[in-house]
Amino acid sequence: MTSTDIAESTTTGVHVSGLTKSFKSPQGPVHAVRGIDLRIDVGETVALLGPNGAGKSTTIDMVLGLTKPDAGRIELFGRAPADAIAAGSVGGMLQVGGVIPDLNVRELLDMMASLYPNPLGVTEVVELCRIDDLVGRKTTKLSGGQTQRLRFAIALIANPDLLILDEPTVAMDVEARRQFWTTMRQFATRGKTVIFATHYLEEADEYADRIILMARGSVVADGPATEIKAHVGLRTIRATLPGADVAALATLPGVTNVDTRGEAVILNCSDSDTALRALLPAYPTARDIEVTGAGLEEAFLQLTGDETEEAA
Amino acid sequence: MTTMTGAAYIKYELLRTVRNKRAFIFSLIFPIVLYFLIAAPQRGNKFLDKYGISAPQYFMVGLLGFGTMIAAMSSGARIAAERQAGWNRQLRITPLTPRTYFRAKVLSSYLMAIVSIVLLYASGLSLGVRLHPVDSWFKMTGLILVALVPFAALGIALGHLLTNDSMGPAMGGITSIFAFLGGTWFPVTGGGFYANLCKGLPSYWLTRAGHIGLGSTSDPWGSRGWLTIAVWGVVCVAFARWAYKRDTGRV
Ligand SMILES: Nc1ncnc2c1ncn2[C@@H]1O[C@H](COP(=O)(O)OP(=O)(O)OP(=O)(O)O)[C@@H](O)[C@H]1O
Ligand SMILES: [Mg+2]
Repeated sequence: MTSTDIAESTTTGVHVSGLTKSFKSPQGPVHAVRGIDLRIDVGETVALLGPNGAGKSTTIDMVLGLTKPDAGRIELFGRAPADAIAAGSVGGMLQVGGVIPDLNVRELLDMMASLYPNPLGVTEVVELCRIDDLVGRKTTKLSGGQTQRLRFAIALIANPDLLILDEPTVAMDVEARRQFWTTMRQFATRGKTVIFATHYLEEADEYADRIILMARGSVVADGPATEIKAHVGLRTIRATLPGADVAALATLPGVTNVDTRGEAVILNCSDSDTALRALLPAYPTARDIEVTGAGLEEAFLQLTGDETEEAA
Repeated sequence: MTTMTGAAYIKYELLRTVRNKRAFIFSLIFPIVLYFLIAAPQRGNKFLDKYGISAPQYFMVGLLGFGTMIAAMSSGARIAAERQAGWNRQLRITPLTPRTYFRAKVLSSYLMAIVSIVLLYASGLSLGVRLHPVDSWFKMTGLILVALVPFAALGIALGHLLTNDSMGPAMGGITSIFAFLGGTWFPVTGGGFYANLCKGLPSYWLTRAGHIGLGSTSDPWGSRGWLTIAVWGVVCVAFARWAYKRDTGRV
């Protein structure tokens, strides 16, 4: 390709701008997605991470053309979602959904493959997903985890350029999960773009190139896992300090949040060095001081926790 | 998709149709059982002589109307179940076109209807029903298949509008009313308001299709019958398209 324009346009897999969706409810409108912007490159594996109700599934449903946005634009490989889907470029595993009865696993895969212009072979998908033990079984005679694996195989049979998975490992045991991610990785290395939604920080951290953290309908952080940790910057100072004044501690420079556990205080800090320098002169009785780096888990709670409380 | 794609998809939909035990029992076996229960004890009964029909023939015709109606609408029940399982959302993220989707559903309905017809003919023959001339069987079949268009479409429409739970009662109620007013159980006679109401229903003409070969009627429909079926056909197909669009947001 010689033109930079074309090169540029073909490296963007998913482009979302100003995406907004509200649902009506008896308590008034629920703002499920509040104007999000995303650009995901071809070949990237991205985790959509967030707590229950963050808006992950609503976002995914809009990207897949299943839900109509109130506002905003979505492009998949430079095309409208419906066009990309009609071209067979998209494979998806939705959060909820079963399979149809009266067929066995091989037949269902064959049936779905027939809908795509360029599908993977049934044998290849069966091998890739390691479901050879299931091929002869009736689709209604599968366990929850086995059904999930079949649904994953259905998403893969499209041989899609974009694979979208909404909480794919729910109901899978440890071994099935491990196999699942191995398969997903294998498929992603073929230059495929993958987006998966999850609650599990380890999954996002371990299997995604990039994490998009969502909370209450907005993107609160977007970047590599390390960058997300840096974004919150978090370290925690823990000290024994009987009778501490929580409100006063919270005003110390570098401290973002204060918690107590009996006689111990826990200071979440955006800058632990500054906080420590301020803490010691102000509270000379503080002892058993520990400074620890926060894991993604804490970063996650820090970023999403405040807003959840606000909502309550 | 090109013209031939969809063939494999449709093949599997038909395979699923014949494997579905529940539909098989309710849509196919039930009318047959009913037929033998009603018609067999009355084999020698001449009460229908004034219409020139034997009891086995009369009830074969009636149950053809009833049985094929249920069979033709059976796709609807399966659509509702598939929607409940979230399968339609899965289909919507594939390149499956509405055209292929409808074709598969309509063919499933007709497959069920044809099996129902064959079983009822066989049952009728076993109770001594004979039609003259013999090609009446084929004419009758042809008219029945035409008269089923509105019912196949109505089944698909309801499948996209109703929940799986409400589908059973809705189908039962609708088929019973259509069958009752269509003359499946009692002949519709006279020309009053009631009779005209009945003659405005597709089920009346579905039942009338079975009156072929009764000697007197070589064309049991006439223009009124064809017109009624055509209007119902157009309206029900439009209803099905509207229901599908409302359900899926697709055209
Ligand atoms: N069809 C709907 N009608 C009304 N409200 C809805 C609907 N779908 C989602 N919501 C609301 O929108 C918000 C976002 O929901 P969404 O399913 O996108 O969250 P999520 O991040 O996928 O959560 P989870 O991790 O539980 O799957 C929630 O508050 C939810 O209650
Ligand atoms: Mg979700």
